[in-house]
Amino acid sequence: MNLLACLLLAFLLVCAVSVSFTRSLLGSIILLMTYSVVMSVLWILLRSPDLALTEAAVGAGVTGILFFAALARLRAVDRAAKNGGKGATHAEDQ
Amino acid sequence: MPKINDRYPASAHKRVSDWLTNGFTGLDREMTQAETPPAAPSAEAAGQAEDAFQEKARRDRERESDLYARLHHWSVTRGERQARLLYRFLAVIVCGGIVFFLLRTVSALPALGRVDAPVNNEVSYRYISRGPEETGAVNFVSGMILDYRAFDTLGESSVLFLASCAVMMLLRLDRDDAKGPVPSPLSLTGGDLHGDDILRASSLVLFPVIALFGAAVVLNGHSSPGGGFAGGAILGGALMLLSNAAGEERVSRLITERRASLAIFTALLFYAGAKSVVFYTGANGIPLDIPLGEPFSILSAGLILPLDMCVGLIVALTMYGFYRLFTKGGY
Repeated sequence: MNLLACLLLAFLLVCAVSVSFTRSLLGSIILLMTYSVVMSVLWILLRSPDLALTEAAVGAGVTGILFFAALARLRAVDRAAKNGGKGATHAEDQ
Repeated sequence: MPKINDRYPASAHKRVSDWLTNGFTGLDREMTQAETPPAAPSAEAAGQAEDAFQEKARRDRERESDLYARLHHWSVTRGERQARLLYRFLAVIVCGGIVFFLLRTVSALPALGRVDAPVNNEVSYRYISRGPEETGAVNFVSGMILDYRAFDTLGESSVLFLASCAVMMLLRLDRDDAKGPVPSPLSLTGGDLHGDDILRASSLVLFPVIALFGAAVVLNGHSSPGGGFAGGAILGGALMLLSNAAGEERVSRLITERRASLAIFTALLFYAGAKSVVFYTGANGIPLDIPLGEPFSILSAGLILPLDMCVGLIVALTMYGFYRLFTKGGY
């Protein structure tokens, strides 16, 4: 249990840092969702299932979908696909 | 003002006051005077008056347009800057006032970590020791957020409602613009993008399971982990999934903007009304016996179940509304 918590915490740190260093917006959203899932498992380990449920539903579910929708609205996903997954970090030509 | 003074001698007010001062004969005299018609003006005089009137009207128009031009010039050169300065000044004053009152409130609270502060002895102890018997909720957290601290949750729900209003203001498109929608990569029915059968079929299989789970989380908020917020988020996610899988038109025909706003508003109103009654009776020592029921059964814990349902409804519809506004710019 302790080892699992340590591993999850380390993974959490890696996720949190890599969100800001990922060049692809799509990738950083997925990393954020991963962060939320790991965090919700940690909440369960900390014996607060209420927070775990909310974290999983809001952090991993709804927030991610809303970010995806916003990216789709900005056409950033299309551009990322066209650039061969390189991602769109700059607001280029419209 | 001069106009009013000019008219005064002929006014009803003058006649009434004359009648009051001079008696009935005064009014009589006035009326007989008014009956004699004034001398008809000659044709020349009428023409001159007409000319003078036209001239005056022309001058007035000129002066008016001149005034507008000057006003426009002023608003472009100096007015805008002055308005901005005034805006900044007022913004600083309002923010400073809010900061001042918040800081005063915070400084009136007991210091953090003080041993004799209520938070450190009575409150948490009472939540744990008497929570289930007072609120009827086996889940302490639900008992806390929907009973002891329900005012907080009402504020949160109102914030969600306000946020959805703000998003609607920012992102909403007019109906005509929405006719030719931007093809959304998320849309499974769009045809040109991601018309993926596997994704669609699995979403349709998963939707009932997720929706039932969300409903169970909402309805069992008082006896198991979860509650209105978590369950509402799950239901909102399920609605998003459905609108991707079964086609946006079908879901948006079921959940129109009008219905969603009405449902959210009704839920907030019910929440505020129910808690107002509880606060009023509680503060005045009026007994209000809401049956608490058996622990662990669905119909228990008094008001917590309906309040949970309200919060769940608000959260689910707000999440779904966010999604619709982000992708389509409308419900």
